[in-house]
Amino acid sequence: MKRTALLASAAVLAMTFAGTAYSETLKIAYIDPLSGSFANVGDQGLKHFVYAADLANADGGIGGMEVEIVPFDNKLNPKESLVQLQKAIDQGIRFITQGNGSSVASALIDAVEKHNRRNPDETVLFLNYAAVDPAFTNDRCSFWHFRFDADADMKMEALTDWLADQEDIKNVYILGQNYSFGKAVAAAAVRMIEEKRPDIEIVGNELHPLAQVKDFSPYVQKIMSADTDAVITGNWGPDMQLLIKAAGDAGQDIPYLTYYGGGLGAVTAMGESAVGRVKQITEFHENMDGGEAHTARMTDFEDEFGGLDYYYHRVFTLMEMLEKAVEEAGSTDPLDVANALSGMEHETVFGTVKMREDNHQLIQPMFVSTLSADVERDVEGTGFGFITDPDGRIEGEQTMTETTCSMRRPS
Amino acid sequence: METVVFSLLNGTIYGLLLFMLSSGLTLIFSMMGVLNFAHASFYMIGAYFAYTIGATTGFWVALFLAPILVAALGAIVERYGLRKVHTNGHVAELLFTFGLAYLIEEIVKIIWGKFAVPYRVPDALDFPLFQLYGTDYPAYRIFMLVVSVTMLAVLFVLLKKTRTGLIIQAALTHPHMVGHLGHNVPQIFMLVFGIGCGLAGLAGVIGGNYLVTEPGMAFNIGPIVFVVVVIGGMGSLMGAFIASILLGLTQTFAVAIDTTFAQIFGFIGLGPTTELGALSISAIAPMLPFILLVLILMVRPRGLLGEREF
Amino acid sequence: MTDTTAPGSAAAPQRPATTELGPTPAQRFTNRVLPFIVGAAVVAAIPFMDPSRTAYTLLNIIGINIVFALSYNMLLGYAGLLSFGHAVYFGLGGYAVMHTMGAIENEWGLFAYFPPFFLPVIGFLGGAFAGAVIGWPSCRRSGIPFAMISLGIAQLIFFAGLIFVSVFGGEEGISGDRTYGPEFLGIFLGPINEVYIFIAFWTVVGSALIFAFTRTPLGRMSEAVRDNPERVEFVGYDPQTIRYMVFIASGGFAGLAGGMAAVNFEIFTPEALSLIPSGIVLLMAYIGGIRYFAGPILGAILLTLGQSSLSDFSEAWLLYLGILFIAVVMYAPSGLAGMIVAFARGATSPGAFGRLARWAAMSGGAALMLAGTIVLVEVLIRRSNGFGEVFEPYGYPLPHDSVMTWVIAIVPLAAGFAIIRALAPKDDA
Repeated sequence: MKRTALLASAAVLAMTFAGTAYSETLKIAYIDPLSGSFANVGDQGLKHFVYAADLANADGGIGGMEVEIVPFDNKLNPKESLVQLQKAIDQGIRFITQGNGSSVASALIDAVEKHNRRNPDETVLFLNYAAVDPAFTNDRCSFWHFRFDADADMKMEALTDWLADQEDIKNVYILGQNYSFGKAVAAAAVRMIEEKRPDIEIVGNELHPLAQVKDFSPYVQKIMSADTDAVITGNWGPDMQLLIKAAGDAGQDIPYLTYYGGGLGAVTAMGESAVGRVKQITEFHENMDGGEAHTARMTDFEDEFGGLDYYYHRVFTLMEMLEKAVEEAGSTDPLDVANALSGMEHETVFGTVKMREDNHQLIQPMFVSTLSADVERDVEGTGFGFITDPDGRIEGEQTMTETTCSMRRPS
Repeated sequence: METVVFSLLNGTIYGLLLFMLSSGLTLIFSMMGVLNFAHASFYMIGAYFAYTIGATTGFWVALFLAPILVAALGAIVERYGLRKVHTNGHVAELLFTFGLAYLIEEIVKIIWGKFAVPYRVPDALDFPLFQLYGTDYPAYRIFMLVVSVTMLAVLFVLLKKTRTGLIIQAALTHPHMVGHLGHNVPQIFMLVFGIGCGLAGLAGVIGGNYLVTEPGMAFNIGPIVFVVVVIGGMGSLMGAFIASILLGLTQTFAVAIDTTFAQIFGFIGLGPTTELGALSISAIAPMLPFILLVLILMVRPRGLLGEREF
Repeated sequence: MTDTTAPGSAAAPQRPATTELGPTPAQRFTNRVLPFIVGAAVVAAIPFMDPSRTAYTLLNIIGINIVFALSYNMLLGYAGLLSFGHAVYFGLGGYAVMHTMGAIENEWGLFAYFPPFFLPVIGFLGGAFAGAVIGWPSCRRSGIPFAMISLGIAQLIFFAGLIFVSVFGGEEGISGDRTYGPEFLGIFLGPINEVYIFIAFWTVVGSALIFAFTRTPLGRMSEAVRDNPERVEFVGYDPQTIRYMVFIASGGFAGLAGGMAAVNFEIFTPEALSLIPSGIVLLMAYIGGIRYFAGPILGAILLTLGQSSLSDFSEAWLLYLGILFIAVVMYAPSGLAGMIVAFARGATSPGAFGRLARWAAMSGGAALMLAGTIVLVEVLIRRSNGFGEVFEPYGYPLPHDSVMTWVIAIVPLAAGFAIIRALAPKDDA
């Protein structure tokens, strides 16, 4: 879309010393990396938002107002994100969204809380589309934060539900990245497997340094010698790609249960060795049947953006729920919208979703899928795509977790 | 036992890859006093060139052609960039290569995009060569071993047996004297810089499909290569070789060791639930090269086999 | 022997009856004290121009970076020590302050009475302590070994930062709240304009202290150590001790900047300890000019604006930064400050008109090259992104498949280059 124009207008507004600008459009600030090593994932998310906004606008906009996505580059840096947040607030933007990097999300949640507390007549709402640290809907929860992606614990609930039905899996190896997210995944896996299939033995529980390991063959070797039947990993980015590559090179044939096996660039890097072995737990993949309109939308999206795969279905869910909340509340004031969103139920083509009132976490059905060669829609032009496993659909209620959230609600 | 054998094999191969990278850097550093921060960037360029050339002509032509192109590029950079900065001193040269590293990464992103590119092992080499304790060992790794050893041998012959090699050796330890003797030292510098970058490019050609080829690959492997060169010492290729193998083995073995600090230091009362105690050797594996670096610089600044101080 | 005070000798400067060898009190005031008074006045006047919140945020970051870059230059410009790990001291000072903030919030003992306004002092102590511990082994040598040790230590501490979660907070870092604790002079550190007062105060104080340091005998000797360590030994000082003491002071001031950052952002992540901010402060100091006290100040201002605002204009901001840096290294090694001084000298010495005209023409040539480069880079980026976006400066479309686009890119580039080559003073080789 006219990103240059968006960027240019954002820049012009930022460079003036004027006070806040009055906006007649409904602006949503997209704060994610748009330069640096993670620019591609930031760009991917942005395109989904822009398309979703266009869809909403074609249908009369939200609350009668035109939706505009204003991108801000945070270079995947928590501090820079705070600077961009200020810029957004100064431009009169009251809704922000972010997803890449729980560390950034953590900084934003804090900053939004503080800002809303110190400036109660200029509140800001944070719509999180991908940062999955469970803490954000537990100890770190905030009234002003809503999460539209299942958190790491919920994804593990779904995965272990599927795992519970697999009789032939007796030994599981857990491998993750050594930081808060990887640790959360490992802890959740251990806890939930103990609960649902105490007979499964966890033959290895290992954390490796984040984005440092170039050669995963020692890990693969350890996995093999422990007589593993399945591997659970939350790895993403190069750590995911190299792990699967190494496993393929070593001729390993066991399933890998992942969160981000279908993430940007992963399938391309993994190649044929991943077919039949790599499974992912997501709320969506392209070969799910959502009806004709949905398929048409996916095809149109891919045409619009030069073959970029339709991946973040939850972004569209987010936009639809936002629209509904504005309509219910009859205003675009973040406090009213938040109250409307809290506890909202919404129908999507894949089932009903619900935004929990107690911790602002969206509950939606999750799907375990496997990479296959025989698919209608492939990923990144590789000829491989994901197919839902036979018992792969996990209902939203099954993924719900206990929460320790006690959020401060504005009076 | 299996872990040991695997780690030995993998560690040696990784170490040889490091050596391919660091040999060029040692040559450049020893002769010109320039610590080429952009050295890993030439490694990256080699991988990308191989990917692009290989897409049309196949892997084998790329294996030959890409390093030559990278060497030419290096020579141009030296002639028109580095030489100009040389008059401003070592710090300026270092900073020039520092800026160059940033620049190359951005240019690579513009030309080839921000994503990883599917630079794959050629089909002819993509098969398991033998079985080791039940897991396949890919033939490509052995190929890497062969290429590295061949390169080492060729470099050795070049340096010890040819006239140019003798001059280069002399310039490695006594650059000023060589100039006094009437040899065209700037031209030798250009040649050596080119060869050094060509070696890095070759490392990229065979390493790029073993690891992932993406714009961040230079920044990932860069610091380790410096550590190798500094540990190995000034003016010593053998030192660089030993240091590379040492580091390759250290990193590979460390990753495989799960012993926690509590298990090692339990006798002085370090509990297994404390943060320090729960740390395993594999968790600190990325820190080990830098610990080694700092130790060597404090204890023996000329490196393992360095012939002169910096 | 001519009497040196004989009047009428052509080039003899006017001297008072007593021979005054150093600068006069008036000169001392103008050169040393006046800039700080002016600076403080400018800084104090800014709130009266009613800047926006974004502007305040940017100014705060500029203040922090000024102190950070100045502290770095104590090492690089004055002591000749190139460090790739200066962010470690910034970070450790900052973390010390973050934990102190937590202590104030939880009212541990005496901390309940500690005004957050003085938190940067804790930062200074933290940074200085870190400098003392890490500096002793580092300072045995200068030059490349020092640079490499600093690189190794930076990486070490960065990884330690990720591993020791209780101290460094892991990926998410440590957050805090600056609004707790007793107020100082009624300054409540909540809204950003009051934080600006805090930052402005510490920027001026920090810069003044660093300037004062450079004028102490220790500061002067560090310059001597930079130029000729052997000679320093002959004079009776130990270069290693001098380097070590400068290192501690430099670490302290970096920690001061870190403390300011901790209060400003209320969050600190291990990424702040890594090579990346260390590299950026190096760029700031060098581009600004390491041989002049004000150089890093210029560099800090320029790079902060560039980092935050340039990314709004173009995706390739890092590329432009890299080009700028290389251009400075190759063609203007004395940095921006050096260029300004050279300009001032060139404008006031004989033959100014011709020189200025030549420089103006060369700047024109440089501007042409810049325009051509921008077109080239922006068009290529959009082409590589592959999503059909077209570069449209000021509404005039420049698609990558049109010949006109390439003409517009290459012609100014070539023309500018030719102009500069023709006008540059001829040198050998």
